[in-house]
Amino acid sequence: MAAIQPRISVEYKDEATVVAFTDEKILEEMDVRALREAVESVVEQAPGIHLVLDFRHVRFLSSAVLGLLIRISKRVYEQEGELRLCNIHPGIHEVFKITRLTNVFEIHEDVESATRSFSEH
Amino acid sequence: MAAESPVRCSLVVESEPSALGRPCRQILSALEAKGFGQDDLFAVHLALEEAFLNAVKHGNKMDPAKRVRIDYVVDQEKVEICMTDEGQGFDPGSIPDPRVGENLYRPEGRGLLLIGSYMHTVEYNRQGNSVRMVRYKDRPIPDRSNVPAG
Repeated sequence: MAAIQPRISVEYKDEATVVAFTDEKILEEMDVRALREAVESVVEQAPGIHLVLDFRHVRFLSSAVLGLLIRISKRVYEQEGELRLCNIHPGIHEVFKITRLTNVFEIHEDVESATRSFSEH
Repeated sequence: MAAESPVRCSLVVESEPSALGRPCRQILSALEAKGFGQDDLFAVHLALEEAFLNAVKHGNKMDPAKRVRIDYVVDQEKVEICMTDEGQGFDPGSIPDPRVGENLYRPEGRGLLLIGSYMHTVEYNRQGNSVRMVRYKDRPIPDRSNVPAG
């Protein structure tokens, strides 16, 4: 596992790149900007990426992070890649449901099911 | 008894996104001391973050000369928070619903929806530069799917 920045960790699993957010709370605009740069640098290096964003450590986020995910998603699909989210804590999943982003993102229970889903499509 | 008397406080905070840290910890500590549960803490934390970012970015437009005033009262039953910026104000009814059509794919515009989904009462003053938010202890908000966006 290679640490790119303190806020994310990156692991390559089968054909997928698994990026985990390592902070428990993602709040400030500075945090969000740093995350965006870190994740986009991973995406830019790998056109056609199969990207899994792993939220296992995250217990709180604000709407700024939802905006970040939208931006990352656009970039991934522009590069002809695919995106999955996984390990979303129930409290945060409720935020996705309220905002109907459950219709935008493909959300899986864990990393295994997220990575498996790439070959199923 | 001291534990039953309400906690009241007024704070004036810089127009800086990171400036919410201390006031937020202070309010969440007051909630914990009054026996509010984790769902309440999550809800109030989220509403504070969203309201403060709106006040700083859209209200005060990041002007360092302007401040945000936060007044709160926590008692055994509820927490009430008023957040007021020094901006022109806005019409909450004019904010498009972020759950509809192309808005779903826009990176911004979900703050008001989340505040309305996690607080039992959300009211704006006539000018639109002050929001009053109330959450009652251990009282779930049953159907959040049809909360008005603004």
